[in-house]
Amino acid sequence: MSNFSLEQLNGRLESYIKSSSEFRGETTYFVAPAKIVEILKILKEEFGFTYLVDLTAVDFLGIKTPRFEIVYYLHRFGEEYDENIRVRIKAQITEENAAIDSVTSIWIGADWLEREVFDMFGIVFKGHPDLRRILMPEDYDEYPLRKDFDVRNREPSKKSFQKALREGGY
Amino acid sequence: MGINAAPTAGGEGFLTTTVNSVANWGRKNSLWPMPFGTACCAIEMMGALASRFDLSRFGAEVARFSPRQADLMIVSGTITYKMASVCRKIYEQMPEPKWVIAMGSCTCGGGPFDSYAVVQGIDEFLPVDVYIGGCPPRPEALIDAVIKIQKKIDIEGAPIV
Ligand code: SF4
Repeated sequence: MSNFSLEQLNGRLESYIKSSSEFRGETTYFVAPAKIVEILKILKEEFGFTYLVDLTAVDFLGIKTPRFEIVYYLHRFGEEYDENIRVRIKAQITEENAAIDSVTSIWIGADWLEREVFDMFGIVFKGHPDLRRILMPEDYDEYPLRKDFDVRNREPSKKSFQKALREGGY
Repeated sequence: MGINAAPTAGGEGFLTTTVNSVANWGRKNSLWPMPFGTACCAIEMMGALASRFDLSRFGAEVARFSPRQADLMIVSGTITYKMASVCRKIYEQMPEPKWVIAMGSCTCGGGPFDSYAVVQGIDEFLPVDVYIGGCPPRPEALIDAVIKIQKKIDIEGAPIV
């Protein structure tokens, strides 16, 4: 896909983009969470952003509302050096409705990334094929990267550990 | 071990000792470590086992990755609560008598990780015989710990089971 330009992309996504910002040559788009699959599909199929570099979340508790931001980093491998482009897509979701559509239908590699976000933030990815905890024990009942979780609170971990000892599981 | 070499007519000697001391003498000079490496300390443990430091010079001959063939568990590295139950399970699978070395600050007391997932010292769930401080300890420190285990076996021994 040659002759790529950000202007083109801006034009195509105009109706989806809520706002955008630029920092040291990197572009960030804020989009509506309900349209996330549609937008990422356009980026992948029409603009050649084939690589989902990372998918993560940020908790802005007490800093801004809505509380959570889901962040997608996309990379485009261009023919020319300056056509190698990275964009950041952010979707804001609220605490009450901490859920967003899964993008595993576009990148199968999003599977574990979404599981990690679910594990750490308790954000549900609708349509994910296997949404289980990936790092913490399965019966763990907290979301450690939420800002209202005390990172030194070992009690939930101990509870899972004692249970694993009692029941002979891992 | 009391050795009495009494000369006999044919020039052959004999020994008097107890079964326990012979068994402990054998145990202490043929420790088979089970390396339980989970983080950076494991690299130093590998260093101690490899040719440069060569732990086998001190009678800890072969590292066994099967707990059923090992009698010394070297826990080296950060242990999370999720890993702790695995660690305990492997310890249970080792035949008696058995000893445990806690290698590194992480196993001694959580090390730099005062966090929700990390066990603050493996003595929460394992009976540790020798602690080695350091982040990571040098291979010499591990060799020293093995020698301490040997001394412990010599002095305290272990019941014949
Ligand atoms: S004690 Fe230090 S070197 Fe050893 S596992 Fe912990 S952090 Fe790594």
